[in-house]
Amino acid sequence: MTNHLDDHPDGGWRRLAEGLQGLSADPPATLRPAVLERVGLADVCWTVDGPAGPLLVASNGRGISATAPGGDQDRFAERFRARFGRPLRPLDRPPARLAVQVERLLGGGRAGRPPRYDLRGTSPFEQAVLAKAQEIPRGQVRPYAWVAGELGRPAAVRAVGAALGRNPVPVLIPCHRVVGSDGRLTGYAWGVPYKRTLLAAEGADPDELELLGRRGTRFFGSDTTRIYCYPTCRHARRVTGPHLQRFAGAAEAAAAGYRPCRVCRPPALAG
Amino acid sequence: METDPQLPARLARDLDGSFEALVVAHQRLVFGLALRVVGDRGDAEEVAQDTFERAYHALAGYDAERVAAMRLRPWLARIALNLARNRLRRRPPPSRPLEDGGGQPLAVAAPAAAEPAQVAERHQERALLAELLACLPRGQREAVVLRHVEGLPYAEVAEVLGRPVGTVKTHVHRGVRQLRIELEAREARKERTP
Repeated sequence: MTNHLDDHPDGGWRRLAEGLQGLSADPPATLRPAVLERVGLADVCWTVDGPAGPLLVASNGRGISATAPGGDQDRFAERFRARFGRPLRPLDRPPARLAVQVERLLGGGRAGRPPRYDLRGTSPFEQAVLAKAQEIPRGQVRPYAWVAGELGRPAAVRAVGAALGRNPVPVLIPCHRVVGSDGRLTGYAWGVPYKRTLLAAEGADPDELELLGRRGTRFFGSDTTRIYCYPTCRHARRVTGPHLQRFAGAAEAAAAGYRPCRVCRPPALAG
Repeated sequence: METDPQLPARLARDLDGSFEALVVAHQRLVFGLALRVVGDRGDAEEVAQDTFERAYHALAGYDAERVAAMRLRPWLARIALNLARNRLRRRPPPSRPLEDGGGQPLAVAAPAAAEPAQVAERHQERALLAELLACLPRGQREAVVLRHVEGLPYAEVAEVLGRPVGTVKTHVHRGVRQLRIELEAREARKERTP
């Protein structure tokens, strides 16, 4: 530190200089954590009502970074630090804007901007898979193979499964809407029962989907439009009983003279 | 004149791993400077947060060589000063009474009843000085704060304010002279009215 007293070396100046130095103010203790949270080097944690019980949400200035089934904040903080290497600070009240966006998203409304996500630590392929999962409407499901096909990597079905398994923000990014080609729910990071509850809460009927799969039905078609769809596609659900056709694969549907739905985009041939 | 001469190099190598050290090293300067410009602790904290957020994104965008060669203290002080000035411009200026009567524009803890007379007096002196400082013309006030409250050398004060060192020295001297005149006038008045 330079010696400011040299400037005016007399007693009156000395007192003034000390007084001015005394005006230097301690920064508030909240400044450092707030800065780190805003730039995404630390996160905050809050709870919302999820479709399958309370949901823990972690977020920072870049967006929502993680979710976990509600309840144990300490355990969440521990696992969060292990995966992302950042501290997690519990908040009493959720950040206003994000909380509104999350509630709107979980409420099923279409209006409004979805929350931003902080997906650092995921690969470009994983991000593409998660983006694709977000295209699946609430109450509907698509097979892993559909995601792989949409990404132009039809052979990467297992990689799609792995990417969904690494989804840092389950429930909000709806990886639960991706199921086996035979309608089975297969895996879920928080356990298959949780996946079943989520799908049921969204209005999909997981038991019926599994039953359809066991009976060999992959697609529904309408003999009036001659279009085939995934069974949960909103167009398939509009088809009334007598007009509903069931197909075990794209080849069968094509052979019957049906074309794939442009909304749910089932495969054009083998499937 | 960095507090930690290795910090720019560390930031250049690993921004995320070293950024907290930058906040810790400079939060006193950034917050203190903002407080003396905007006058309110809440506003000053927001200015300080904005300052570090801007700094982070700027550092993330610069190439490593540029970061390693940075003089962080005047750079941060300049960002903080600009953001504080902007904030001041966006809101109506608070009335700043010259006499330290009713208004308390600068957050200074009120002396508790049980405080020893000496401590109470120091609080009063502090509040008075903060008030007098707030009344200086902007150029003088900023120069005095950077030089004598935050303790930056003249070369850095000049860099922060974007003015020649000579001009900055003149501002500091005039500001300090004004403060002394005001303080002495008050002392004299106190002696006249026991």
